[in-house]
Amino acid sequence: MDPSFVFLGVLMMIVKGLALLVGLLIFVAYILLADRKIWAAVQLRRGPNVVGPWGLLQSFADMLKFVFKEPIVPSGANKGVFLLAPLVTSVLAMSAWAVIPLSSGWAIADLNVGILYIFAISSLGVYGVIMGGWASNSKYPFLGALRSAAQMVSYEVSIGFVLITVLLCSGSLNLTDIVEAQQSKWGLFGWYWLPLFPMFVIFFISALAETNRPPFDLPEAESELVAGFMVEYSSTPYLLFMMGEYVAILTMCAMTTILFMGGWLSPIPFSPFTAAWLAPIWFILKVSLVFFMFAMVKAFVPRYRYDQLMRLGWKVFLPLSLVGVVVVAGFLQFFGGVHG
Amino acid sequence: MQSVIADYLPLVIFMALSLVIGGALLVAPFALAFKAPDSEKLSAYECGFKAFDDARMKFDIRFYLVSLLFIIFDLEVAFLFPWAIAFKDVGLFGFWAMIIFLGVLTIGFVYEWNKGALEWD
Repeated sequence: MDPSFVFLGVLMMIVKGLALLVGLLIFVAYILLADRKIWAAVQLRRGPNVVGPWGLLQSFADMLKFVFKEPIVPSGANKGVFLLAPLVTSVLAMSAWAVIPLSSGWAIADLNVGILYIFAISSLGVYGVIMGGWASNSKYPFLGALRSAAQMVSYEVSIGFVLITVLLCSGSLNLTDIVEAQQSKWGLFGWYWLPLFPMFVIFFISALAETNRPPFDLPEAESELVAGFMVEYSSTPYLLFMMGEYVAILTMCAMTTILFMGGWLSPIPFSPFTAAWLAPIWFILKVSLVFFMFAMVKAFVPRYRYDQLMRLGWKVFLPLSLVGVVVVAGFLQFFGGVHG
Repeated sequence: MQSVIADYLPLVIFMALSLVIGGALLVAPFALAFKAPDSEKLSAYECGFKAFDDARMKFDIRFYLVSLLFIIFDLEVAFLFPWAIAFKDVGLFGFWAMIIFLGVLTIGFVYEWNKGALEWD
């Protein structure tokens, strides 16, 4: 191939990647603000409303504040690992977005094993937590990291089984194909949330636990472990942990949208709503809707105790999702299938 | 080979870009922010007293047990992925083979449950 052609291609990839990353980070900034605003509204407070009109620039002000704060590396810490941990968390969280399609085939890399890639990347997220907790050489972060890792790992198993049921119905690991398998003349009633409703619920709750969101935010239970594995962090290392966490939450919202809510498909299956240029807008609207549910859960539900959390993961969700796999497979085998 | 590069090169570039953004944010305060460290500020966090001993201490064996269980079940999930994709091709034989496999694992799961490996109290 012509070298200048290759150069142009690589340049295009860099431009696309930067565009997605900048868009993603701006989206995260406003999702964070929305989280605080919704939480405040449920408690009849105003929430952040000083920086910019209605507080719209709050997250950017926070970012600037983090950059100009004194970075503290504890003298007892393993300094290299201590600083590497937030980087690992945020980079892994962001790189999951490379395969998420905003519209038909609109992904940085439309891999044919997309869902496997996301499953792998989100599993690696545990390393950031463990590294941060261990390298801090302090008791609270250490215990927080252990709890956090055990929790993330427990719920990943049921997420895996739920993914299997969706794959049984769609027959592909490619995220674009999974969305297109949900296309039908029934609009939003043709998506997988309806036939796979119990799995949808299990996936949503497991996603809350996997991303350490309330009511499963035990590693950060401030009454017992202060801030969990992030106790010793300050300045941008802390910012990177928070950013990684919120990007991971958005990834889970996007996965819920793709697997169960028809991705970029229009909920109303006729002409003006199914236009191609509306597809990314539907996608972003659905992701925002799922995030709204995440935020409402945070505001409503009291925190779980650790033993209750582990019991829910291993004794309720694991058997239920295992039975779900058998039931879905049996149904597809003996009664044709959802899209057979 | 060409298609593998076409598929995965954008992915590698994307990861590199997020590494650059993350790295820039990580380095920024070390270059920009005001610093006045002292020994109290740099000591490990504790609730109002000096830490008694090192934080690299013994911890509950159950965390270890959870990670062991995770390996078993996550491998099981990894084994299910190709089966789910080839579900229409493997036919009735493939279906019953997987049901027997899941049955064997369920026996193991019931044993763990009865042994109390899943209890936290």
